[in-house]
Amino acid sequence: MSFNIIGKKIPKKDAPFKVTGQALYIDDVELPGMLYGKILYSKYPHARILHIDTSKAEKLPGVKAVITAKDFPPHFRIGFMKDNPPLKGTKVLSTRDEIAAVCAISPEIAEEALDLISVEYEVLQGIFDPLVAMREDAPILHEEVGSNILKLPWRLVCGDVEKAKKESAYVVEDTFTTQWVTHCCLATSGCVAYFDVNNNLTMYSNTQIPSLAQNEFLEALTALGLRNRRVRIIQVTIGGGFGSKLDTYPYEYIAILLALKTRKPVKIVFSRDEEFFATSPRQCTITKISQGCDRDGRLTFREVEMILDNGAYTSWGATTPSVMMMPISSLYRVPNVKYTATCVYTNNTYCQAMRGYGNPQATFAIESSLDHLAEESGIDPYDLRIINANEPGEITPQGFRVTTCGLKECIEEVAKRLNWKEKRGRGLKKRGVGIASLIHVGGGARVYKSDGCGTIIKMDDFGKVDVFTGASDIGQGADTVIAQIVAEELGVPVEDVNVIHNDTDICPWDVGVHASRTTFVAGNSALFAAKKIKKKLLEILSKLLEVPPEDVAIKNGIAFSKSDPQKSIPLARALRRIHFTTGGSMLMAEHFYDPQNENLNKEFRGNLSAAYAYGTHGVEVEVDTETGKVKILKYVAAHDVGRAINPLLLEGQIYGGVLQGIGYALSEKMIYDNGYLKNGNFLDYKILTVRDVPPVEIVIIETNEEAGPFGAKGIGEPGLVPTAPAIANAIYDAVGVRIRDLPITPEKVLKALKEKNKG
Amino acid sequence: MKREIKFKLNGEEVTAEVESHWTLLYFLREVLKLKGTKEGCGYGECGACTVVIDKMAVNSCLFPVMEVNGKDVLTIEGISGPGEALHPLQKAFIEEGAVQCGFCTPGMIMSAYALFEEKKNPDDEDIKEAIEGNLCRCTGYVKIIDAINAAKRGK
Repeated sequence: MSFNIIGKKIPKKDAPFKVTGQALYIDDVELPGMLYGKILYSKYPHARILHIDTSKAEKLPGVKAVITAKDFPPHFRIGFMKDNPPLKGTKVLSTRDEIAAVCAISPEIAEEALDLISVEYEVLQGIFDPLVAMREDAPILHEEVGSNILKLPWRLVCGDVEKAKKESAYVVEDTFTTQWVTHCCLATSGCVAYFDVNNNLTMYSNTQIPSLAQNEFLEALTALGLRNRRVRIIQVTIGGGFGSKLDTYPYEYIAILLALKTRKPVKIVFSRDEEFFATSPRQCTITKISQGCDRDGRLTFREVEMILDNGAYTSWGATTPSVMMMPISSLYRVPNVKYTATCVYTNNTYCQAMRGYGNPQATFAIESSLDHLAEESGIDPYDLRIINANEPGEITPQGFRVTTCGLKECIEEVAKRLNWKEKRGRGLKKRGVGIASLIHVGGGARVYKSDGCGTIIKMDDFGKVDVFTGASDIGQGADTVIAQIVAEELGVPVEDVNVIHNDTDICPWDVGVHASRTTFVAGNSALFAAKKIKKKLLEILSKLLEVPPEDVAIKNGIAFSKSDPQKSIPLARALRRIHFTTGGSMLMAEHFYDPQNENLNKEFRGNLSAAYAYGTHGVEVEVDTETGKVKILKYVAAHDVGRAINPLLLEGQIYGGVLQGIGYALSEKMIYDNGYLKNGNFLDYKILTVRDVPPVEIVIIETNEEAGPFGAKGIGEPGLVPTAPAIANAIYDAVGVRIRDLPITPEKVLKALKEKNKG
Repeated sequence: MKREIKFKLNGEEVTAEVESHWTLLYFLREVLKLKGTKEGCGYGECGACTVVIDKMAVNSCLFPVMEVNGKDVLTIEGISGPGEALHPLQKAFIEEGAVQCGFCTPGMIMSAYALFEEKKNPDDEDIKEAIEGNLCRCTGYVKIIDAINAAKRGK
């Protein structure tokens, strides 16, 4: 099939605004009379609040409002388990707990006012280790819950693991741990809230979930006594998402309440300090994993037990086991699977979604353990993966129906480009190679009641197309991909398609930008809407050209008869003709697309996604045995993407994902000491710079997914999923030490080398 | 206490009363309302606020506004030539896919601009040195390097 626009490297539609500084981010929003909000956080990770005195702050000139927990309805809570009051009145459970907030005519005055608020605490013993929090005698952090263990019984059992374990020829068991890492969006979090005269709320926001946020803010208004109001979310240009904006946060409710109290627009924008300690990172995990295989290397079982530090409150982080189950049950063919995960309250920061949504933690354990199993069984790690690679048409133990699957090609391509057979197992010059693969949802993911996205499409008198989509653009290029899909279908130039995606007053519903779902779900939604409008268009054109509808084609904005190309008419003229006539009409269409995927049932089974994305990463490293430093000499990332709608943007997702993944593997870690973040700045928290970029080779495997728009599957998250285990495996190949705790710092490598040499 | 300063901003003479404790970034964003220059950290570690002063890339979040007196300041709003919508660097960033969320982009481009002021024909090492103080969380930097190389070729 040949395309005019699909598969082309088309620059991002919003890039001209971004390169000129014209794009407006949250900190760039200014409204008349706007006030600036600031938040007072807890001094202690665990304490009772005995008294809060805001009187001095209230008297400071320029201060317009000061609020505490008393200003919210007493039982108002937010978050996935509704366990988080936006302001804490009686007890604090972490150092990011919000106690009071101020708004003033300038950020400086608001800051000064915070210093004038005095809080009396009774300090309580904190719990910072989930294993300690799980003990029977541990103090209970949420009295209303009655236990530090969340009532989220993550448990997937497929087949008979015990029996399979006994019958396996080879069995390995390991424990892996992962750290907190944070999104580090270059633009910090923030919002501007304001109420109109009818008490309808407008939120300028950088949320990744406009429709769900709208719903949650409406609930908040109801709780505040404002019933039947409207909430309008206007998304500004979003300066990085990566999952961080997948929930609503206390600061947003604080801004809403301050705006309501003052009747003025209130802006809260985080400082970089706040962005580090007061946003929700990727959860750290303790993972015990056991895998086995038979004499021929066929996997027999996989058993995983996991403990997640939930932190003080519950956001989506607690639900990441639902995605961890995916690689645990379905990465490679494994007939018997058992997985349990326990989320535990502690006095640490609470966790959230981050690119990959649990998949990187699980895949680190699975793929590291798989190399261990390869060694135990004497089978080459490459062969072990090929033997067990998933194939199209299979149904996995969890019930995933695999449609397209290019995993084998990915593994083969990576091995070829790494020169695997030559390089592996040599340990020459302390160099080694490693590979690791991934499965991820590539056709949406039904984690909510609907996995849908709506599109409204209209054509104007000039042949131009406006597409109103529910999709959110967080920099990945949703607007461009949607424009390409519509332009391809309608036969108009891509620059004639305008995509509007940032206003809940005019854009239809969408569940949010997560689960690598936007190209697939919003793309399909746009495609079906385009098909509908095209049908109407062809009928009209058929009349104007006096040929049957099936004989009409459109290219570059010109309609013509396929059998007699002399008969043609510019689209714009045709549209004006049908508009400016008695009983005229305008061309419009809509479509709501909800993919054919399933919610997981009570046993956590079901076809979560309409398609699955696969990939393999391979890496060659050199380990300096004097310093423990790991240098990446070559990196190959092969991904089955279904179809590359826009290779330019696709490569951008993979390069960006790989670099985040390398940071996760080698350098990034939020260091918490008794509840206090010790490295919450760009000096001490090491995200990678241009100096750290290794040579990265991207391999795109196209499997043409039937359910996807023009064959495409999702690619937003996969780029960082197998990175850490690929690197860990390469290090083992190079110097024979296996690091089971991320990040793999030089200190850990050196220590392991020392221990190995002792042994 | 307010003092008067005079300097050149994006090719035009500016005379302004400024507080001595203001940073250049504050002055640009909050007083002149030039919002193209971004604040990513406020302490000179991310490079989002990079502007060019007398042909050198500078973190404007750390630079006292008083110090620009008599100097020549360029921001992202001022690099395209007269009658041009876009500078070659801006075009290259668009065409090479060097932009994702875009928040680091103005600072990145200004660092690259200063590099071209210094070297007509920078190599990859020069490019890395020029933008090593500019953090980007989206792109993995690969296409940013591509874009700067493309702009070099287009010069």
